[in-house]
Amino acid sequence: MRNVRLIARLDVKAPNLVKGIQLEGLRKMGDPNEFARNYYDQGVDELFYADIVASLYERNSLLDIIEKTTDDIFVPITVGGGLRSIDDVAAALRAGADKVSINTAAIKNPQIISDVSRRFGSQCMVLSIQAKRNGDHWEAYYDNGREHSHMDVIEWAKRGQELGAGEIMLTSVDMEGTAKGFDVDLVKAVTDAVTIPVIASGGMGKPEDINTVVNDGHADAVAMAYVLHYGHYRLDDIRNHCIEQDIPVRRFNGIGEF
Amino acid sequence: MSQVVVIDYGMGNLKSVHRGLEKVGADVLITSDPDKIASAERLILPGVGAFDDGMKGLADTGVIPSINEFVQTGRPLMGICLGMQMLLSKSEEHGIHQGLNFIPGTVKKIPSHDGDIFRRKIPHIGWSALRLSASSDHWNETMLSATNEGEYFYFVHSYMAVTESDSDVIAECEYDGQRITAVVHKDNIIGMQFHPEKSCGSGLCILKQFIST
Repeated sequence: MRNVRLIARLDVKAPNLVKGIQLEGLRKMGDPNEFARNYYDQGVDELFYADIVASLYERNSLLDIIEKTTDDIFVPITVGGGLRSIDDVAAALRAGADKVSINTAAIKNPQIISDVSRRFGSQCMVLSIQAKRNGDHWEAYYDNGREHSHMDVIEWAKRGQELGAGEIMLTSVDMEGTAKGFDVDLVKAVTDAVTIPVIASGGMGKPEDINTVVNDGHADAVAMAYVLHYGHYRLDDIRNHCIEQDIPVRRFNGIGEF
Repeated sequence: MSQVVVIDYGMGNLKSVHRGLEKVGADVLITSDPDKIASAERLILPGVGAFDDGMKGLADTGVIPSINEFVQTGRPLMGICLGMQMLLSKSEEHGIHQGLNFIPGTVKKIPSHDGDIFRRKIPHIGWSALRLSASSDHWNETMLSATNEGEYFYFVHSYMAVTESDSDVIAECEYDGQRITAVVHKDNIIGMQFHPEKSCGSGLCILKQFIST
């Protein structure tokens, strides 16, 4: 059995949690640590933080938020956004991150994937891919879906795996923030092409959306933002839905005494 | 306060282990000082990354004689993830490399194929439930005593411990049809493939049990 991971994605424009549509039109949601704590109490499997302005304005204020989060949250935490060098990665890990997610820097200099993987282990190196559909294929974008890389998503995913990525965070820019469901074809195309785990991100609006992305798209994990941040569903609802649908997930009975 | 020494040998992120131990009330010292390691009340060998890098880190830091000396005292040693794998005799990761040899066995790659058929993704990343193994009758004599069969823990690894004796494995998990050693135990030594410091309340219970022994 392979348990599908339920991941809360927290896009941050410090000091706020924000949510946009197709990575644009950001709305302030509040203190990211309050959201994180709430999801932890509900049994989230992992947290994924993305500093969505860092790669544009050279900022890294997310690390202060991570420092606070990791004081009393004991599940894996991935941090991304604006990480450009081994030193940036080391700083994110020092702040309490377990893994880093890299998009822009990897497109500009793919060698960073190998460098991070060799220095910190492949389990630490999550390749973030922002995919936009273009006819019958998908192109990788960066800077929150604004810039073309002119790279084919499937080829880039394969190359990322060869270079040493341990996991792929696959965001559909088209579906992101729409709550209309995942781009299942995209997820299937990538999971067919690589043998490392793939996190499907972008589009989750209701628990049923997980069915196709896992059963047909073969996603190893699903990232959720909108559906949780707006309180449309709780993680318990989503987990129970998975259990009813025979989608294997971690069973959760509360965080216990700590 | 219960004192715990965490060995710093340049591998991976010690922050989560530190915070997890503090959360359950431990007095934590992170050090590479051989004397402090040898005289610790309890010792944790953490680590993520490659086996040969880890053993090289331990050798370069000069802490291996202190770890051996510590183990002789009968005080508790816990290995986590790579730290657990290094408790074994050797590993096949990037060639054959010698381990600390406290628990006879070999660290092997998790098979991605069963015969010719692709069966499972590597690394194994995610939450898996502990289940009983051949030597689970020792479960309650170890730091798992506060843990129940079926509880979930966070794993992230590409290699797995294969012990020579089944009796050194007190818990396992299953990953896409593959039996994976989750917890090894021999005398005063315990090793966990998963990350208790990243496994929510279930993991913190194990850390608490460790500092209470």
